[in-house]
Amino acid sequence: MAFAQQSSPHARRARSTSQVMLWVILAALPGLLAQTLFFGWGNLINVVWCIAVALASEAAILKLRNKPIAFFLKDNTAAVTGLLLGLSLPQFAPWWVSGIAVISAIVMAKQLYGGLGSNPFNPAMVGYALVLISFPVAMTTNWAEPALLWQGAPSFTDTLQAIASAQLTVVDGWTMATPLDEYKHKIGSLTAAEVTSHPSFGDGVARGWEWVNAAFLAGGLVLIGLRIITWHIPVSFLAGLGVMSLAFGSNADQYAPLSLHLLAGGTMLGAFFIATDPVSAATSHQGKLIYGAGIGVLIYLIRTWGSYPDAVAFSVLLMNFAVPFIDHYTPPRTYGHHKARRGAPGRNQG
Amino acid sequence: MTQLWDFSGGIHPAENKHQSTARPIRVAALPEHLILPLQQHIGEPATALVKVGDRVLKGEKVADVTNGLGVPVHAPTSGIIESIAQLPVPHPSGMTDWCITLRPDGEDQWVELQPFADYRSLERDQVLDMIRDAGIAGLGGAGFPTDIKLRPPRDRKVATLILNGAECEPYITADDMTMRERAEEVLAGFKVMAWLLRPERCVIGIEDNKPEAIAALRAATEGTQIELAVIPTKYPSGGEKQLIQILTGMEVPSGGIPADIGVMCQNIGTAVAMSQLIFEGKPLISRTITITGEAVREPGNFEALIGTPVQHLLEQASLQPDQVNRLVMGGPMMGYTLTTTAVPIVKTSNCVIAATASELPAPPPEQACIRCGMCAEACPMELLPQQLFWYSKATEFEKAEHLNLFDCIECGACSYVCPSSIPLVQYYRYAKGEIRVQRAEQLKADRARERFEARQERLEREQQEKELRRKERAKAAAEAQAKKKAEAEKAAAEGEAVDERSAKSALVQQALARKKAKTEAAATAKELAAAPAESAVEKPDLEALEKQLTQAQAKLETMQGMLEDAKAQQADNVDKLERAVAKNHDRVDRTQKALTEAREQLARNAETQTPD
Repeated sequence: MAFAQQSSPHARRARSTSQVMLWVILAALPGLLAQTLFFGWGNLINVVWCIAVALASEAAILKLRNKPIAFFLKDNTAAVTGLLLGLSLPQFAPWWVSGIAVISAIVMAKQLYGGLGSNPFNPAMVGYALVLISFPVAMTTNWAEPALLWQGAPSFTDTLQAIASAQLTVVDGWTMATPLDEYKHKIGSLTAAEVTSHPSFGDGVARGWEWVNAAFLAGGLVLIGLRIITWHIPVSFLAGLGVMSLAFGSNADQYAPLSLHLLAGGTMLGAFFIATDPVSAATSHQGKLIYGAGIGVLIYLIRTWGSYPDAVAFSVLLMNFAVPFIDHYTPPRTYGHHKARRGAPGRNQG
Repeated sequence: MTQLWDFSGGIHPAENKHQSTARPIRVAALPEHLILPLQQHIGEPATALVKVGDRVLKGEKVADVTNGLGVPVHAPTSGIIESIAQLPVPHPSGMTDWCITLRPDGEDQWVELQPFADYRSLERDQVLDMIRDAGIAGLGGAGFPTDIKLRPPRDRKVATLILNGAECEPYITADDMTMRERAEEVLAGFKVMAWLLRPERCVIGIEDNKPEAIAALRAATEGTQIELAVIPTKYPSGGEKQLIQILTGMEVPSGGIPADIGVMCQNIGTAVAMSQLIFEGKPLISRTITITGEAVREPGNFEALIGTPVQHLLEQASLQPDQVNRLVMGGPMMGYTLTTTAVPIVKTSNCVIAATASELPAPPPEQACIRCGMCAEACPMELLPQQLFWYSKATEFEKAEHLNLFDCIECGACSYVCPSSIPLVQYYRYAKGEIRVQRAEQLKADRARERFEARQERLEREQQEKELRRKERAKAAAEAQAKKKAEAEKAAAEGEAVDERSAKSALVQQALARKKAKTEAAATAKELAAAPAESAVEKPDLEALEKQLTQAQAKLETMQGMLEDAKAQQADNVDKLERAVAKNHDRVDRTQKALTEAREQLARNAETQTPD
């Protein structure tokens, strides 16, 4: 009888990359639900559309590269990229804008670099940044007015029609500047109280946005609990942003307050779902702390002094650049060694 | 309560231990054949002391290591030596090796046994020799000879002696059952070790998933100074380095051994073997082994003779042959697959898993690394498994080594957690193997170069000696000639009768003079060639000169060394060597002079060039 020959270990934990990605998708659903409840059908339609485009473009490229299509599609990573874009694009972004974002994410940022595991930049954020720079109007004026799904929000068909039209912008009454945008541009001439009287702020910190961020925070905590991500990047991300806000923007009449930074825009989605993309993030604990903190600081800098109201995509991409450098200098200290071996072979032997 | 530390990483795989703890340890029936590999563990293979056809008694030495590291092998029962041949042995490669095959005669007749219950009255060295003679090697890991381990170097005093009862690998329960059923023996053996080493602290480390064994040991350690440390269950807490960290908070330095930090770990099975030797006089001829897996109907532990074929043990545990898909020697994390059930168990065998296809399924195909870092979270050595994987895969071994590849203990935790099903440990083994091969080749190349250089030096030396001898001969000949000439002149003055002879001798002299002139010319040419700086070169080659000087100095030293040796031995070539030394001395002086001149010239050149 021939016995199976196998190298140790013989036992394996039954959690595959596909399952890891599936958990990421599941953990993002509360956020999507909150988006839909507070901003209408836009995000849901975007998510479905983006995932479809992501899977299609991934399959097309895999075919061109002569790779087994089903094997790679099953890893769910293309679906996650599509999901993240659908969650972060404006609700009324035209279909072709989101399509371009997804295709460039999958084709350029991921597959042209060698596919899963080889991309130095977060694919979703490459797609996002590309359309943000290319179509600034479509990307800044298409944010839905916060309106409860069952009360005041445009109907599903209306939303679908608006997204499916070739127009850059939609009916004026449906959209509204985001709280971060509003604050940034009005605080120069108005007081904090005057700025926050704008309907996009509501009674809390940022109408609708606070719930969406809370939902992504909850989903992120689930991922940490399942040990799919570690706490290092989200915590240092939020800490970096928070410390910058407390250090430079404590005066609400001058700069957006900390609460707005944390609960408006893509903060929680960025901290728990985007910055934690393992492929393009730093690897060691120490490296992750530096990487996350760097993103948080950059977000604050761009939101406050840059020309864009939100900055998750740019900050993540900038820190992606720094990852090889961070990794090079932050290896852990191995058991039995006095200190970590930093740098390249032949130097700093420790 | 003993203070405990944690080690980083670690995993919690399904334990699968209950299957083999339901039954007490059974004594395996005598098999038809016992196969005793001459190499059962780390060290040199033993040499057979018996011939085919010999009858041996139980406990009789049948093989021993005469040269180098190793311990003897004993007959596990009485019987006839049937063959000494190459047979399959338990090894990851499925290789064959020399084995003594013993056919038991069923009488189980012991040699005369000499227990030394009063071992404290003996010299420690005597006891250590007994341990070696009893063939005791570590019954855990690599099977390091216990007597050598128990003789740490003088400057490595063992302050903490640890008995490793963690048994963290899933499935294996041999130590667990031994502690439950034979706690007294475990303790007795441990005390012998403690007496040999005189440590300040004796501690038994045991995972908290073994309550019965803990209770048994607690009762046995009652009233002794031996600590019982119950540690949290986490794989690989039984790894030597991890257990030391848990119990002492110290880390074994990379590339070092526990004795470097005053710690030593011993195995439960080894302690039992010690006890059997000291109190019963028995050498190591049997051990406890777990036979488990879903393909055996009655999994459990067996007290089995060393050399018992795996097939025999599987049958004892009611094997269902058609169910076996994978046969693992050792645990599911670090064990290796067997190709045949014909292999015997050896001193280091602690478990055989006959697994069904659903129990240990074939791994899914390898996916791309998504750099999720779960491997780094699981690594108990705080390595960067994914970087090691990239570098191993890309054969960038230098970088892998830089990231401490050789600190990897191959525990398998990284592969276990990898969601992309990458066989990480396999990549590391490959990289380690390749690096070892490269090192061996480098060593070989270095040796070859050294040999070549030594040969060149010797040839040159011989050439010089030849030259020297030739010159001496020429000198002697010239002297003889001069003498002859003088005689001839004398004779010529004496009379005309010798005219003819003198003419001949003049001719010979002319020939000699020509030859001498030629030799001198050649010598000059050689010197010119040897010192090109002396010829009218514009820019003297300082480097070459310096090299020449060093070479000449080195040669002078060698010559002087040889001369001293020769003087000491009163050899007959002393004066020859003295001359050689003088000659080399001159050469050194000459080269030095040339070098100084060259430097001056360079300086002059520099001066003349600066104004431009």
